[in-house]
Amino acid sequence: MADAAGILIVGDVIDGQLGSTSKELLAAGRQIANNLNESVSIALLGSSTETAGTQAIESGADIVYLVNNPALESYHIDFHLAALKSLVDEISPRIILMGRTAEGRELAPRLAFRLGVGLAQDCLEVSIDTSNQTLLANRPVYGGSAVAVVSCEQTPQIAAIRPKAYEPLETDSNRSGETVSFPVELDTSIAKTKVTNVVKEESEGVKLEDARIVIAGGRGLGGPEPFSDLQNLADILGAGVGASRAAVDSGWVPYSYQVGLTGKTITPEIYITVAISGASQHMAGCSGSKVIVAINKDSEANIFKDAKYGVVGDWETILPAFTETVRELTQD
Amino acid sequence: MPLKIGVLAKQVIDPDMPTAAFSIDATAKEVTVPSTIPPVVNGFDENAVEAALQIKDSQEATVTVISSGPSFALDVMKKPLSMGADELVLIQDDGFKNTIDSFFTARLLSSAIEKLGGFDLIICGRQASDWDNAQVPLGVAELLGVACISLGRKVDVTPNSVIVEKIIPDGYEVVEADLPALVTVSNELGQPRYPTLRGIMAATRKKPTIWSASDLDLDAASLEPRLKLHDLFVPERDQICEIIEGDDDADSARLLALKLREAKLI
Repeated sequence: MADAAGILIVGDVIDGQLGSTSKELLAAGRQIANNLNESVSIALLGSSTETAGTQAIESGADIVYLVNNPALESYHIDFHLAALKSLVDEISPRIILMGRTAEGRELAPRLAFRLGVGLAQDCLEVSIDTSNQTLLANRPVYGGSAVAVVSCEQTPQIAAIRPKAYEPLETDSNRSGETVSFPVELDTSIAKTKVTNVVKEESEGVKLEDARIVIAGGRGLGGPEPFSDLQNLADILGAGVGASRAAVDSGWVPYSYQVGLTGKTITPEIYITVAISGASQHMAGCSGSKVIVAINKDSEANIFKDAKYGVVGDWETILPAFTETVRELTQD
Repeated sequence: MPLKIGVLAKQVIDPDMPTAAFSIDATAKEVTVPSTIPPVVNGFDENAVEAALQIKDSQEATVTVISSGPSFALDVMKKPLSMGADELVLIQDDGFKNTIDSFFTARLLSSAIEKLGGFDLIICGRQASDWDNAQVPLGVAELLGVACISLGRKVDVTPNSVIVEKIIPDGYEVVEADLPALVTVSNELGQPRYPTLRGIMAATRKKPTIWSASDLDLDAASLEPRLKLHDLFVPERDQICEIIEGDDDADSARLLALKLREAKLI
């Protein structure tokens, strides 16, 4: 693909609206497109994606591909892969940006393999070496203990970007862009997997990813009961409740609570951790928090390296007193 | 016919080693660890071994563990055998140092799988704790053209299919695929079993099959590097933590709440 050019973003549409991941990817794409002096296009798969298409242009896209086929109505990996492959073959992008979301975790590597190219996985930042139009990607490795700078050797160069690594651009309703309908043929017999049931295990109360305040507990809590104390505090503050992998592995709370490399990525204004040691794998899911508060009895715990405020002591005494004071303060 | 299960496993640097022992050789762009800290089988891959053994507990099955790498600590890699796996195949070659290249690794493993006559079910850990790429299993599925279900927390087989509880952010999906298929599993599958004394004895007697790159059917084009590593460094942390100290723990807690209120954070 010697004439490859431009940046293609694999977008997401949620209930007809452009997803937040798409907006973040558009911000990343816009930045590198300006360095390359090339255009940013976005692929929206499904039907009824016109509204999301307009929003994509307002958020930074130059071209919107409405990739449609009835089989793309709901997410299915095999159909989405085939549709994306058709689009990529048709438009030959230089760079593809995808989100490392629940779906992207599967879609990005499989698309890269199907195209026979490399993938820069789980990137926090991407930039362009303008001397050779190479995409340089910064990505945490070893559970976040180190950062690697990698690039892809073939075209298209693909990067999967960690959610919330980029801030969406200000929307501009005066931006103009082109919308292209891209119907694809799909053979429905290519579906190799079938979802037979979906079971929701959402944590109570505020959704973790959207919460302004998150309170999380770890192994040091010693059992499931203290999570109801965390929930009480969360109710006062309108906060979400999370957990470290250790607490989830112990069966104290379901997986939907898990913050970290293999759980949720959160970026609250304030993240209050109780009895969490702060292993790099946990920090990978919360390092974008504006302020981290640590309550831990071990003054040497890793968490104090990332926290802005800390209390060294026993959570069993600290949590009730903290909750009580918060209750008094917020009643004013 | 017993069900043929393959498990892909990787030898990694112990992710639970002390932070102080972790360092980077900037010239070689490699992580270095003191020789006193032995490597381990990647944690999620032990979950994969457990998933395979659970199937073997309830029906006739064979479990073959396959790994590739530049060199192996044999006693470490024999752990799956001591847990109850039947066979170990190691693809060892000095040329495999480029571990960041998932494409290369997936190509090696998929040709080894073909050389072994294929499997009804391949189970892998969701990702390795070193490069966290989470790509090799999906790549192997793509290269072999088999069904792929990722992030399983429970894996069951019927005579012709695999049924997986796949983790999604707010719960789980039940996903089904015809065999042959590849499944990746996560830690939610549960604690891997400990090796029994009998298992350890049996593992000692077992000899792994060791292949090098030349034993596999590999074409040059598919082995070209896909990724280039420019730099590897330990990120700086410049956060300074203000430790709130009161007369006692309860007092510190009150002061912390006041501090957060003052900073308009709550």
